[in-house]
Amino acid sequence: MSHVPAELKFLKSHEWVRAEGGGRYTVGISDHAQAALGDLVYVELPAEGEEVSQGAACAVVESVKAASDVYAPLSGKVVAVNAALADAPEAINADPYGTGWLFVVETAEAAQLDALLAAADYAATLEA
Amino acid sequence: MTRTTPLNALHRARGARMVDFGGWDMPLTYGSQIDEHHLVRRDAGMFDVSHMTVVDLHGSATRAFLRRLLANSIDKLKVPGKALYACMLNAEGGVIDDLIVYFIAEDRFRVVVNAATRDKDLAWITTQAQPFAVAVEERPELSMIAVQGPNARARFAGLLPTEAAAAVLALGRFAATEVAGVQLGLHRSGPLFVARTGYTGEDGFEVIVPEADAVALWEALERAGVGPAGLGARDTLRLEAGMALYGQDMDETVSPLEAGLAWTVAFDAGRDFNGRAALEAQKTAGVQRRMIGLVLDEKGVLRHGQPVHTASGIGTILSGGFSPTLGRSIALARVPSGELGQVEVDIRGRRLPVRAVDYPFVREGQPQPGVLG
Repeated sequence: MSHVPAELKFLKSHEWVRAEGGGRYTVGISDHAQAALGDLVYVELPAEGEEVSQGAACAVVESVKAASDVYAPLSGKVVAVNAALADAPEAINADPYGTGWLFVVETAEAAQLDALLAAADYAATLEA
Repeated sequence: MTRTTPLNALHRARGARMVDFGGWDMPLTYGSQIDEHHLVRRDAGMFDVSHMTVVDLHGSATRAFLRRLLANSIDKLKVPGKALYACMLNAEGGVIDDLIVYFIAEDRFRVVVNAATRDKDLAWITTQAQPFAVAVEERPELSMIAVQGPNARARFAGLLPTEAAAAVLALGRFAATEVAGVQLGLHRSGPLFVARTGYTGEDGFEVIVPEADAVALWEALERAGVGPAGLGARDTLRLEAGMALYGQDMDETVSPLEAGLAWTVAFDAGRDFNGRAALEAQKTAGVQRRMIGLVLDEKGVLRHGQPVHTASGIGTILSGGFSPTLGRSIALARVPSGELGQVEVDIRGRRLPVRAVDYPFVREGQPQPGVLG
């Protein structure tokens, strides 16, 4: 049973979003995703300042098993990236919702959140 | 229908993520395959390899049969207990499977072949054995646990009474012996066949036990401090050790000369083995393809199927992956024979430079000269 924190929103493609306030949202991949991928070895993150579009691939996580695209859950500007992952990608496996965060996006388009899944709905997709 | 080993419930109880491997439900990892890899390189880890196929061969002409069946020379095994790594070839010189053969007595040899090729191998061996009147006896009631790592032999020997422990610790590399049943906790086991062989590049034993003893042996090894390791770690360990995986690095369309396995072929005088004529023709004409080792120094992972660009033409990655010991990606690739030039690999649309190196990439836990660049 994978962990799905109730306060987060999700994409069906296993990205999570946490509202930080001030139009800023932290993005990562879910516990289900990290377990399915296995040990992560490399991460390619967007650059700070880069514009990302909801639904478009904007990062790559590479595990022993496969490389997997990460899709932007919201459109906006990347204002922070988790540089520590370059030397310790395993943080994503160990703590996917905490120290395994990928990047922070700043957006004015809060309405885009409505397109995301609530935690319970995302958890339901995992049971299917 | 998926098959299970006697350790299946135990793997699941230990939290293993399971996968189908050749029709068997096997543990991929118990948590982190990279941690399991390091455990084997640094200490001792164990693998359930009960899915592999154990076949005993009986008959006064068994040695003569193996002279024909195997591309390597069975006559290298002069002392009972010695083992040999060899390939079985078809008439075209293609590899049917790779295996280890153990000389037990003049009229008894044991062969361990791959799980995924069981049906094909048994049919082939049985047909080939007929003219020699050799009895072919599969031993599905035997399980196997591979204990590997610098401390593996000591941990296993520690389970045995003094004399038996001394006997297994006295085994040279690629030698085997049988020890009488031992007390494993509350359980008394049947005889154990102990071979100083493995598929990790580390020292250790592969222990063949009656299936009723598999759980007791595993749990006894756990109590002795040996950790579990799954198929994920098994694959990264064998790749670092430069060991081939049948079905990926070679198959029936590939001769051992093209698979970096020429060292396992013995062209001894007067021995006509299956595929010999085809290999000799290949040598005369010049071997068209060869196996090389590759290292990618930058971010990224080399994977099966990626195109490899060389000065002599385009090849392909066979086995690729991340090497936990080296901290970067390595691969075995088949490329056209001839000049390599600057080699590049096509990874998801980008051409990245890679270095061609000799393999094994890692030996006794250490990167080999030239591998880290």
